[in-house]
Amino acid sequence: DQVLHIVPETFQQVQHLRLLCNTLMLDLWKPLLPEDIRAGADLHTRVPAPLVQEVKDSLDEHMISYRVLIPDVQKLVDQSMPRDRSSHRQVSGDYVYTEYHPMEEIYQWMTQIQRNSELVTQHFLGKTFENRTMYYLQISQPSNKPKKIIWMDCGIHAREWISPAFCQWFVKEILQNYKTDPKISRFLQNLDLYVLPVLNIDGYIYSWEQDRLWRKNRSPYENGTCYGTDLNRNFNSSWGSIGVSFNCSSDVFCGYGPESEPETRAVAEFIKSKKSDILCYLTIHSYGQFILTPYGSTTQPPSNNEELMQVAKEAAAALTGKYGTSYRVGSTALILYSNSGSSRDWAHTIGIPFCYTFELRDTGTHGFVLPANQIQPTCEETM
Amino acid sequence: DIDGVGHKYCLELELEDVLDKDRTVSCTAEVLYPLGSKTSAPDVQVTVQGELRSTEEADQEFYNRIRSLEKELVAENIPDSHGNVPPELEPIHLLASVASGYVIWQNSTENTKFHLAQVKHVKQVKRSDEDLQFDFVVLLHEMVSQEVLPWELTLLWHPQRGARVSRD
Repeated sequence: DQVLHIVPETFQQVQHLRLLCNTLMLDLWKPLLPEDIRAGADLHTRVPAPLVQEVKDSLDEHMISYRVLIPDVQKLVDQSMPRDRSSHRQVSGDYVYTEYHPMEEIYQWMTQIQRNSELVTQHFLGKTFENRTMYYLQISQPSNKPKKIIWMDCGIHAREWISPAFCQWFVKEILQNYKTDPKISRFLQNLDLYVLPVLNIDGYIYSWEQDRLWRKNRSPYENGTCYGTDLNRNFNSSWGSIGVSFNCSSDVFCGYGPESEPETRAVAEFIKSKKSDILCYLTIHSYGQFILTPYGSTTQPPSNNEELMQVAKEAAAALTGKYGTSYRVGSTALILYSNSGSSRDWAHTIGIPFCYTFELRDTGTHGFVLPANQIQPTCEETM
Repeated sequence: DIDGVGHKYCLELELEDVLDKDRTVSCTAEVLYPLGSKTSAPDVQVTVQGELRSTEEADQEFYNRIRSLEKELVAENIPDSHGNVPPELEPIHLLASVASGYVIWQNSTENTKFHLAQVKHVKQVKRSDEDLQFDFVVLLHEMVSQEVLPWELTLLWHPQRGARVSRD
């Protein structure tokens, strides 16, 4: 379909155009009605594709000059409209892992994934401040022997969109390859994977709808004049001691007490209940390209520091091996900044041996607003 | 450590061309952070070893394109939430990075780490002289406090005269 721009010069031309519009039922964009066509006034009409040549021939015949305003209406429509989100997303096989998804779609994805796979079950973890349900996915190969657990959470900070994208990618990779990839199948023989794709659901939604660079959750403070606790300063590990603010308006506001936030409590209670079986606690953030070990609140190394560092270094090397992306490894306090109340520190203090914070791509060029075309390489290298 | 003056850092850096990733240039720099609580920008001396790629043609093309716009350019959210920058706004994004770089330099201490998070708003202002003027609102992310700070700044640019930041 094309849109033509015509300026009729004589009354005969006006008449002819009116005839054309009426007999061919052309879609007049300007003016509204054929009766309003005037000499010297702009005329814009959409011509359906099969009629384009006929109309142009007719205009030429009557010496009416025209210009093509829009050469392909459909293309313009496609470009200017957000992709139709509703129809494609039914089966997780069609799910586009190389795009960022709003929370609605992530909820649907979790339901689908569970339906389509015998390995995955979706479980209730808790509720957010705005009363949304937090679910984690358990990936578990049926077996009669008890298995240790690896826990991974994403999206504790709303603006770090690459993080939930990674959790979704991770689940997809495991489920697509566990039968054929010997490493993954051996993994699953001995370990269960627990994945929380979005921890800070309220914040994530807020970053889609209101403020792309929001970080905290959405608890109101001070009579609703100020919002949000930094969930990664809200855990009970040297809470409130360093690298925090007690002012609600700060992005590192640690809340009014450790575990003051429902999201924090939901995670903490669950992990506490399973702690003797959890081997590894992973929490995924962006940006910076780091693999961070405990602690943030002190430079005193944790008891198993050597082992923690060795594993982290091997992980970083494997990651770099994929696309050359370099990651730095070390304790938060030493290579990044001091902070307290982080989920990773807390997990380690309650006895989980391997605790890591991943800060994914990049190092500042795009920061939080990482282009979707980097989702795939980021996730592939991190796998 | 320079007693009574401040802390000096001697750096060897490799600059990577954002538009041509394989192209790198070495440089050395000395950065002196002044002592004391008065906020003055660190002193920076840079020597570039090697040549920077000539961008005359692209600069002129961009300059002409903007000068010939009927309506002043206005744009928001560069990149958008998904990280996309429309191709015709790429140069604007780059100019915003340059302008932000200046602001970051002027406001850096040994305990800050700034990056440009997003260009919130840009408005071109037509001028009677030959410079292009862009009024920006940029969002700067500071790593240690995790704060995102909006900053208003005005950038003047000319293909031969280069970029200058004039504060609002």
